[in-house]
Amino acid sequence: MSKAEPMLAADGTPLKKSLARALRRQKMRALMLIAPLLLFILLTFILPVADMLYRSVENGIVSETLPRTVVALADWDADGGELPDEAVYAAMAADLHDAANAKTHTKVGVRLNYEQPGISSLFRKAGRKAKKWDPVADGPWKDQMIDLHKGWGDPAIWRTIQTYSPPVTQGYYLNAVDMRVGPDGAEMRPENEQIYGILFGRTMKMSLMITLSCIMLGYPVAWLLANLPARKANMLMILVLLPFWTSLLVRTSAWKIMLQQQGVINDVLVWIGLVADENRLVMINNQFGTVVAMTHILLPFMILPMYSVMQTIPPSYLRAAKSLGATNWTAFWRVYFPQSVPGIGAGSILVFILAIGYYITPALVGGTTGTFISNRIAFHISTSLNWGLAAALGAILLAVVLILYWAYDKIVGIDNVKLG
Amino acid sequence: MKLTKTLMATTALTVAASAAVAEDMAMEMTLVSWGGSYQASQHKAYVEPYLAANPGVTVTWDESSAEAVAKLRAMDEAGNVTWDLVDVVASDSMRLCDEGLAMELDADTDLADAPDGTKASEDFGDLLVSECFAPQIVYSTTFGYRTDLVGDTAPTDICAIFDLDAYPGKRALQKRPIDNMEWALYCDGVEKSAIYDTLGTAEGVDKALAKLDTIKDQVVWWTAGAETPQLLADGEVVMGSTFNGRLFSAIAEQNQPIGMLWDMQSFDLDGWVVPANLPADRKARVMDFLKFATDTQRLADQAKYISYGPARKSSAPLVGQHAELGIDMAPHMPTDPANAGNVHIYDYEWWADNRDDLDAKFQSWLAK
Repeated sequence: MSKAEPMLAADGTPLKKSLARALRRQKMRALMLIAPLLLFILLTFILPVADMLYRSVENGIVSETLPRTVVALADWDADGGELPDEAVYAAMAADLHDAANAKTHTKVGVRLNYEQPGISSLFRKAGRKAKKWDPVADGPWKDQMIDLHKGWGDPAIWRTIQTYSPPVTQGYYLNAVDMRVGPDGAEMRPENEQIYGILFGRTMKMSLMITLSCIMLGYPVAWLLANLPARKANMLMILVLLPFWTSLLVRTSAWKIMLQQQGVINDVLVWIGLVADENRLVMINNQFGTVVAMTHILLPFMILPMYSVMQTIPPSYLRAAKSLGATNWTAFWRVYFPQSVPGIGAGSILVFILAIGYYITPALVGGTTGTFISNRIAFHISTSLNWGLAAALGAILLAVVLILYWAYDKIVGIDNVKLG
Repeated sequence: MKLTKTLMATTALTVAASAAVAEDMAMEMTLVSWGGSYQASQHKAYVEPYLAANPGVTVTWDESSAEAVAKLRAMDEAGNVTWDLVDVVASDSMRLCDEGLAMELDADTDLADAPDGTKASEDFGDLLVSECFAPQIVYSTTFGYRTDLVGDTAPTDICAIFDLDAYPGKRALQKRPIDNMEWALYCDGVEKSAIYDTLGTAEGVDKALAKLDTIKDQVVWWTAGAETPQLLADGEVVMGSTFNGRLFSAIAEQNQPIGMLWDMQSFDLDGWVVPANLPADRKARVMDFLKFATDTQRLADQAKYISYGPARKSSAPLVGQHAELGIDMAPHMPTDPANAGNVHIYDYEWWADNRDDLDAKFQSWLAK
């Protein structure tokens, strides 16, 4: 048997090569087709998310604004209990002089103020004077700066500057889990400053409650939708979708009117004598109000996937089960329910993930016990401007969702989720 | 070599051309404010007369002041600042100044002198709390109460808030430490002058929170100024804090059974900041408008529409009557001597330093 010649295509090139080239061309064409969408997602979604995640560790501002101080402070022993020496003060004076003229001194003050209250005004006040300093001629600086503000004579201030001088920090993440950098490394914050652990726990717990109540309320509705005659089912579908199309704020405010102490429900209860006028129920500005309002708002996200799965379950299965002697309950529980589980799974994932990131409704009806972690993220983005901390909280939330998704895939299997 | 020269010449020409354009003023302005009746009062008092004097200029309002600092920062990072003049509270103006997002102003050259020739810096006086801030109004956060739900003796003392025996029922307080902590310490017997020193210590914070603890389960926490008048109107609360102009609207315009409790009202300021690094033509236009909109007459005119005190000393005598209701506005101003007998002066610098720290403690206290 002679050595097999490579098979040739019509144009004389080896067939393998020719095929590969054709395949490559096809792949390129496919890539070109999806390129606009890919670019769009990359530019408007993935890059901003990556940028936001990067902010949760980014800390370049200290070493960029105070380059000399950072170098001079590197050898200072913060635990020695003594102030840094003149070289550090001279470096700080020179840095402040440059920063004040570039108007960046207050920015670094704001950044460090997140870690230690008081640094913001320390930098703001020093900056006003520093513009006119001559860093070389006007020394020595140590006593001069301490005279200017006693904060410069506080070792804790210098410790904070030293701790937060690297261009990358874990400080935001520590803060996001109620910890901080202490003299002996990471430690828990004092009890009266701990909040994020509570909020993460509460967000999880309440999102689960909301998901469960959506299942309880949504399942019978989805069943009716799938099994009623078309005319009635359509009518019911409109009833499900109408609130879905109504503004979120309108629906939340409506719950306020319903649930408040002088509200519709309390008025009715008092009128029929179930509740005494002076003991009206407190149903809003707490967890109960949040669960009720959010269950209502998220219900369509549970009903719709359930409905589309239930529609595909042939009614003949139930009839067959019954004709083989099953009771109504057994037929439902052993035959119908297992087939509807993928719908429950899809609805639950949708509702849970939406609930975990909700903030408008908890902000409006949550009071103090019904607020979510996302309310704090929104607060840090728009009010306290601590975007690093907001990014760290957001990253943790994202990680939690991904872990839950992974766990769900392990336990239930993501193939068992159907949207229709 | 020749090419470089040509290029340089063209660049120089372009620069010269843009310098020439810079003398012109942009014909469009985007102003940012709070919406509602406050923005309406600015439109009537400042913008309408300015447009009448400068035909062809168009003004767009953006109701984003509540998130102005965050949005301005985002715009600045994206390199596309679309706002020309932003209405913010004093503490936000300080933060914008600190972040380098707002332009520094020179009161004497950028703002108009009073009609009698008093320099602007003197006319505004202490109210120029930040280098970037052009104050417009003095407002106060103060309490309103339901006249029909507080019994026979209407409250006249701020500490009625903490007196559940004399005034049972729910109270509305703003969901933030600012003001509430000071009121709590004041009613716990701390001298007014010692409030911030006390609040600066861990024991002081605990003391304030302990005082708030006594009414914690009777408090409805609000975040938007409109909530308290609504809660009062619904009878959900018997008393609550909000901005004095909101209470004025509820009392004078909507005839609600609400009374004002001016004791220990917390003065605050609202004013304009100009975003940093505006293009020359837009900057020229906005500075022209700013000078006009913060002059003595304009600030006095605003008080025709809303019960906030003008920030200039020289405007106070010019405050007249409400434009539609015809009532005398002076007695409704937070700065009126009858109302300002006992006021709380809010310390901006102190809060700029301690806001994040105290907020963490306050929120942690709230969540428990």
